[in-house]
Amino acid sequence: MGGFDFAYLAAALPLLWEGMQVTLLLTLFGIIGGLTLGAVLAVLRLSRTRPVALAAAAYVTFFRSIPILLGLFWFYFLVPIWLGRPIDGFYAALAGFVLFEAAYFCEIIRAGIQSVRHGQVLAGLASGLTYRQTMRSVVLPQALRNMLPVLLTQSINLFKGTSLVYIVGVRDFLTAADVIGARDNRIVEMYALVAIVYFLICFAASLLARRLQRRYAI
Amino acid sequence: MRYNWNWAILVTEPYLVWMLSGLMWTIAVSLVGWVIALVLGSIVGIARTVKQPLVRWIAAAYVEIFRNVPLLVQIFLWYFVLPELLPPAAGTWLKRDLPNAEFWTAAVSLGTYTACRVAEQLRAGIQAIAGGQASAGLASGLTTVQVYRYILLPVAFRIIVPALTSEFLNIFKNSSLALTIGLLEVTSRSRQISEYTYQPIEIFTEATMLYCLIALLVATGMRIIEKRSALPGMIAVEAR
Repeated sequence: MGGFDFAYLAAALPLLWEGMQVTLLLTLFGIIGGLTLGAVLAVLRLSRTRPVALAAAAYVTFFRSIPILLGLFWFYFLVPIWLGRPIDGFYAALAGFVLFEAAYFCEIIRAGIQSVRHGQVLAGLASGLTYRQTMRSVVLPQALRNMLPVLLTQSINLFKGTSLVYIVGVRDFLTAADVIGARDNRIVEMYALVAIVYFLICFAASLLARRLQRRYAI
Repeated sequence: MRYNWNWAILVTEPYLVWMLSGLMWTIAVSLVGWVIALVLGSIVGIARTVKQPLVRWIAAAYVEIFRNVPLLVQIFLWYFVLPELLPPAAGTWLKRDLPNAEFWTAAVSLGTYTACRVAEQLRAGIQAIAGGQASAGLASGLTTVQVYRYILLPVAFRIIVPALTSEFLNIFKNSSLALTIGLLEVTSRSRQISEYTYQPIEIFTEATMLYCLIALLVATGMRIIEKRSALPGMIAVEAR
C-alpha cells in the first residue's frame, strides 16, 4: 500500500466533502425530526390517560426492539410499492432515522423530566403557580439541564448511525470514501481515513458532552 | 397501491428454511459476540479502575476508539483492512482459508465494539462501590486482587445487570450490520427473500416479528436474572 499520499487525498477531498454534507444533513434533520416527535411521545408517555401512555410506551418498546437497518429496509422497499414510484434513498433513510430516534429521544426526555423530584411540582402548585407555569418555570429548566448531555450523546450516536445509509446506497461520507477507494484501489487508506475522521468528530463531541454534564448537571 | 398479498410465502420452501437459518446465524453471531464482549469488557472495565496510570490510559484509549467509530466502519476495518495490514501469509489465511470468515469477523467486530460499552458499565459499577469498601478490604489484609475478586466485582456485576440487559439486546440488533460482509442473518435473508419473491411486506413483517421475539426473550430472561441478582437497598447505576 505504501505511504499515505497527501496529493491524492487533496484530489479526493471534494467528493468526500459532498458525502460529509449528506451525513451532516441526515444527522441534522434526524435530530430535528427525532427530537420533535420524541418530545410529543414523551408528553404522551407521561399522560395521565392510561391508553395514551400505553400507546406511546408501546411505540418506544417496538422501535427499540428492532434494528434500525430493518427499519431502513421497510422504507426503502415498501414506500415505493405504496406510492407506486421509487423514492430517493435519502428520504427513506431520513424517515427511518426520525421514527427510530424519536423512541430514543422520548426516553431521554422522559427520564429528564422525571429526574426533577415530584415534590417540586407540588411546591410549585402550592405556591400558586398553574400546572403550566410549574412545568415551564420549575420542572423544564432543570429537566433540560439534566438531559442536555444525554441528548448530545444520542446525537453523536445518530451521527455515527447515519453511516448505515451505505447499505441503501445513499452517497454519505462512508459511501463516498468507499466509491473513491474502490475506483482507485485505495480501499485501505480510505477506510482508515473514514475511521479517523469519525473518531475525531465524535471524540470532540463526546468531550463536549462530558463538559456539559459537569457544568450543567444538577 | 396494488399489491398481491401472499402470506403463504413465509412457509413456502425454500424461504422458510432460509429465514430459519438466518435466525440461527443472528443468534449464533450475537452470542459469540456477547461472550467476547463480556470477557474483554470486564478486563477493560477493571483496567480503567486500577491504580497504574498506564493501564488506565490504555483501557481509556480502547473505550474511546471503539466508542467513537461507527460500528459499520469497524466491521469494514476488520474485514477489508486488517488482512492487508497483517503479514501476507496471515492476511491470505484470513481472506481465503478461514472457514466462515464473515461469521468470525462479525462476531469479533460486535464483541470488541460491545466490549467498550460493557467496560464503561462495569467501571461505573465498580466506582459506585469503590472507596470505603475497597479500603476496608485492603485494611483487613486482602490483596488488591482479592479486593476485586471478593468485594468489588461480585457487587459491581450485580449492580450493572440491568444496564447489561440493554447491551445484550443491542448486540442482537447490531448483528444486522453483518449483512454488509455477507453473513446471511435475519435482515440479510429478509432482503434476499423479498428480492426473490417481490413480497417485501410479508417478509419484512416476519423479520420484524423475529426481532421482537428475540427482544421479548432477552427481556424476560434478563428480568429473571435481574430479580435473582438484585442487591437489596441498591438501585441500578447507569453509566453514560
